Amino acid sequence: MDHSPQKRMLVGALSTLGALGALTFSASALAQEIDHAKAAIEFEKFRAEMEDSNPSELFELKGEELWKAKRGPKNVSLAESCDLGQGIGKIEGAYVQMPRYFADADAVMDAERRIVWCMVEKQGFKFDDIAKKPFATDTFTPDATNLVTYVAAHSKNMKIAVPLKDPKVKEAWEIGKEMAAYRAGPYDFSCNTCHGTDGKRIRMQDLPNLATAAGAIKGVQGWPGYRMTGGIQLTHQWRMTDCFRQQRFPAPKYTSDAIAYLLTYMIGNANGQVYKGPGIKR
Amino acid sequence: MTKKIILAAMAALTALPATSVLADADYRAKAIAVIKKDFVPRGQADLDRLAEDGVHAICNRTGNNPPAEIAKVLEGDQMADVKWPADGKLMGNWKKGESLAQSGRGFTWSDKPGLPVGGNCYNCHQINPKETSYGTIGPSLLHFGKLRGNTPEIQKYVYGKIFNAKAYNLCSEMPRFGRVEALKPEQIKDLVALLLDPESPVNK
Repeated sequence: MDHSPQKRMLVGALSTLGALGALTFSASALAQEIDHAKAAIEFEKFRAEMEDSNPSELFELKGEELWKAKRGPKNVSLAESCDLGQGIGKIEGAYVQMPRYFADADAVMDAERRIVWCMVEKQGFKFDDIAKKPFATDTFTPDATNLVTYVAAHSKNMKIAVPLKDPKVKEAWEIGKEMAAYRAGPYDFSCNTCHGTDGKRIRMQDLPNLATAAGAIKGVQGWPGYRMTGGIQLTHQWRMTDCFRQQRFPAPKYTSDAIAYLLTYMIGNANGQVYKGPGIKR
Repeated sequence: MTKKIILAAMAALTALPATSVLADADYRAKAIAVIKKDFVPRGQADLDRLAEDGVHAICNRTGNNPPAEIAKVLEGDQMADVKWPADGKLMGNWKKGESLAQSGRGFTWSDKPGLPVGGNCYNCHQINPKETSYGTIGPSLLHFGKLRGNTPEIQKYVYGKIFNAKAYNLCSEMPRFGRVEALKPEQIKDLVALLLDPESPVNK
């Protein structure tokens, strides 16, 4: 799907912001601090304007086609076979009520994991083929990314409601909490090194405290999202994977328990907060 | 030797009454099992990075708040590991230190393996007042030398702290840049100068 007009627009607007930044960069330290804050505000305004023509909608439309089409070796549609926790084919509010436990898979699954499971179990696609290229590149957007964008769009403006009362989900949350605290690797980092305290930053990047509802929703909001850097559509699974890259860890397996449990911890902590739908990320 | 101390420390922890520190042990064991089964090597990041060393083991099991006696022993272990420069000089070139402090590269699976890697300093610290894009995970180091002087003791402290922060505070968030050979002694000396040289903008 061609999204180059949007991409050009984004790039143009971003270079304007960049030029503004460059002009003021020689000013005093205090002035620069203020400029950083201004740039952040400008970016937010720009993003708000973009919401009217959110590039995520293009992926949502593609996802809708994929959801309804008979596909795969078994030639069935997800609409007639896939249960995201609300009944077969039902997608309203499904995204904000995941991760949840699915008895048929005997696993706690986030939205992307569940969609991929349905593609494999119901449509007959091979998991290894899907996992080979799980995330978008300049020239390729995975079906699962389009599908999860479509599903997420049908939870827009709904409250997050991960079913933590389910003992299986609660256990996933507890394990995820421990994983978030696990320090290892060459730099001794855990998730909590950056995301366990209020009011911290890396450079100018604010770091949400994922242990709080207000922080956790910041980690959830905007995913899946159109990333201006690179101009591609990326999912929450991708974001978790990239966090491990920055943590200097090896790579988590795509749609694994590891990611599902961490997402259960993060999204569960955001329960009661309003999810605004697929977004735009810097 | 180190292993013995760690085992003793672990035994001491286990012997503690069932406090909140240990209440999550079951979930922690499950978390470690998940971590072991659900990661794959990528680029330079091999699976051995998932293993806990003695410091990780204690910090992970005490919420980064180990009993003082255990911390003291293990900090001593880490201190014994610090390699001091052969020539005895601890202050290098602050300008090189500044450019090293700027770089956040290194050790991720998308980085090219091998040196040189960045100091990552501005990711977490305020340092040079001219650089306003700084993180706040660590304390501000603005005017570090101006406030403390640059006596041999201070130089030794700063060098040692950058080489292995865990020698001073066992569960410090700061990486052990020297111990893991992210930074060579020469590079650490340049960072010492960035913080302590009177000519460094940090101290203007």
